[in-house]
Amino acid sequence: MTAADARRTILAVWRIEQPRLITSLSRMLRDVPLAEDLTQEALLAALEVWPATGVPDKPGAWLMASAKRRALDYLRRRSMLARKHQMLARDMEQEQQAMPDPDADLDDDIGDELLRLIFTACHPHLSREARAALALKMICGLTTDEIARAFLLPEATIAQRIVRAKRTLRESGLAYETPRGEELSERLASVLEVVYLIFNEGYTAARGEEWLRPQLCNDALRMGRVLTSIAPRESEAHGLLALMELNASRTAARTDAAGEPILLMDQNRGLWDQLQIRRGMLALARSRELGSIGGFYALQAAIVACHARASTPGETDWPRISELYAELASLVRSPIIELNRAVAVGMAEGPAAALPIVDRLSDEPALKAYHLLPSVRGDLLQKLGRLDEARAAFELAADLAGNKRERELLKRRATEAVRAP
Amino acid sequence: MRIMYIVTSSQPMRGPTPALMEAMGKLADREIKAGRMLDTGGLMPVSMGAQVKITDGKLSVVDGPFVETKEMIGGYAIFELRDKQEAVASAKEFMQLHLDHMPGWEGTCEVRLFATPGVDGACQVDAHAHA
Repeated sequence: MTAADARRTILAVWRIEQPRLITSLSRMLRDVPLAEDLTQEALLAALEVWPATGVPDKPGAWLMASAKRRALDYLRRRSMLARKHQMLARDMEQEQQAMPDPDADLDDDIGDELLRLIFTACHPHLSREARAALALKMICGLTTDEIARAFLLPEATIAQRIVRAKRTLRESGLAYETPRGEELSERLASVLEVVYLIFNEGYTAARGEEWLRPQLCNDALRMGRVLTSIAPRESEAHGLLALMELNASRTAARTDAAGEPILLMDQNRGLWDQLQIRRGMLALARSRELGSIGGFYALQAAIVACHARASTPGETDWPRISELYAELASLVRSPIIELNRAVAVGMAEGPAAALPIVDRLSDEPALKAYHLLPSVRGDLLQKLGRLDEARAAFELAADLAGNKRERELLKRRATEAVRAP
Repeated sequence: MRIMYIVTSSQPMRGPTPALMEAMGKLADREIKAGRMLDTGGLMPVSMGAQVKITDGKLSVVDGPFVETKEMIGGYAIFELRDKQEAVASAKEFMQLHLDHMPGWEGTCEVRLFATPGVDGACQVDAHAHA
């Protein structure tokens, strides 16, 4: 086995064991950032020892013993100052010296502690970027180097982000707290935002890029599944999971052999992942059962579900999609959502109903340079037979498009708009 | 990447010990909560199923039991994992439970990678795209 293989093997074991290590240590130490530091030390020890000794039969037990020893050392050092820690440490040592139960590690229900971990990593006091880095490190067990490569940033930048975030948590006394009840629902928004950010970072990655980037989708999906299992009553968590599963189900169909994007309506639906669609539908149903049909993520998931249900583009339930967009628009005022709504209305009720919606958006500062606004407008005008105006709109859209392929497509549509339909 | 684990054994069918069942249940619970396990299922004895075969250009249906069956497939699981190393680490943990809780049992946990066109460069089964 080469050194690189050995390292990959160890990191694989690490990712499986890491959540239990960090949750056990944070319970012992009552300090999440410190627990993270010490579990990292256990990983370093494994990386040093295992290449020579081989991976032990029960790698989880080895890592746990190593991490706990470090935590005990820390508590012992502190116990010079506080007797109660000494007693705590002695209890734990005795507990550890007792006959080891081979499955003890499987017995712990780490749900509560894991929830605390996620809420700490995604604390609203931290920037979104810091939350994303901490979450990937503490929940998914990624190394700093892996996070840096996934976000296309220098390792030092990520390392600094993590160090600073941990210091902020410690200094603001947020190192060990769990939101409950109403606060939990409020704080959940901050968690979901980060998970969705990580997912989208991976979803927009192009094929052939560093493979860790698209992998972010799976990391986000994992976090979504963890959240829905430890906070099963949070409707929006299920909504977000549904949205991610359903979007990810199209991964294989989203690009052609050259890596160019294929639009949803042109995709080979046979390549959509049915297992993932089923999981997405289940999560969406669960979100509905829990009461919120109208959450930000659940609504978007419901829209994507309409596409997933249609086995051909012609079967798409556009009236339902336009209803859902209307609900979404009343929840979040966003010109992009409004533009999407216009497309859905155009498909459901015809171009005449959609054009006024698009025209109302023409003064929207956020869409001034957005090529899809004139592009959608051009499409509607063309369908209405107003060809001169359609051509002008497509030309404007082509000027605004940043991507060469899109620009060419829009120019072609502008030329075609001259001819009789 | 998506992985299928298939557990096979050439030993006469006997159910897992209660201790193994319990340990596997805990492991499955942990893996579902960790978001890694997507699906799992045990399979009824092969004798309860059937085989639809093509031999010598002819189609035939054979009901179980089948004399020539050597390997029994007892169950499967589908996981979404980061890489093959993670898949192997996970399978070792699962098989270790058998070693601990069902002494004498012998079998294989096959680790199979799903063919997913275009994803992770896993494999190029999109031959039809060129056709």
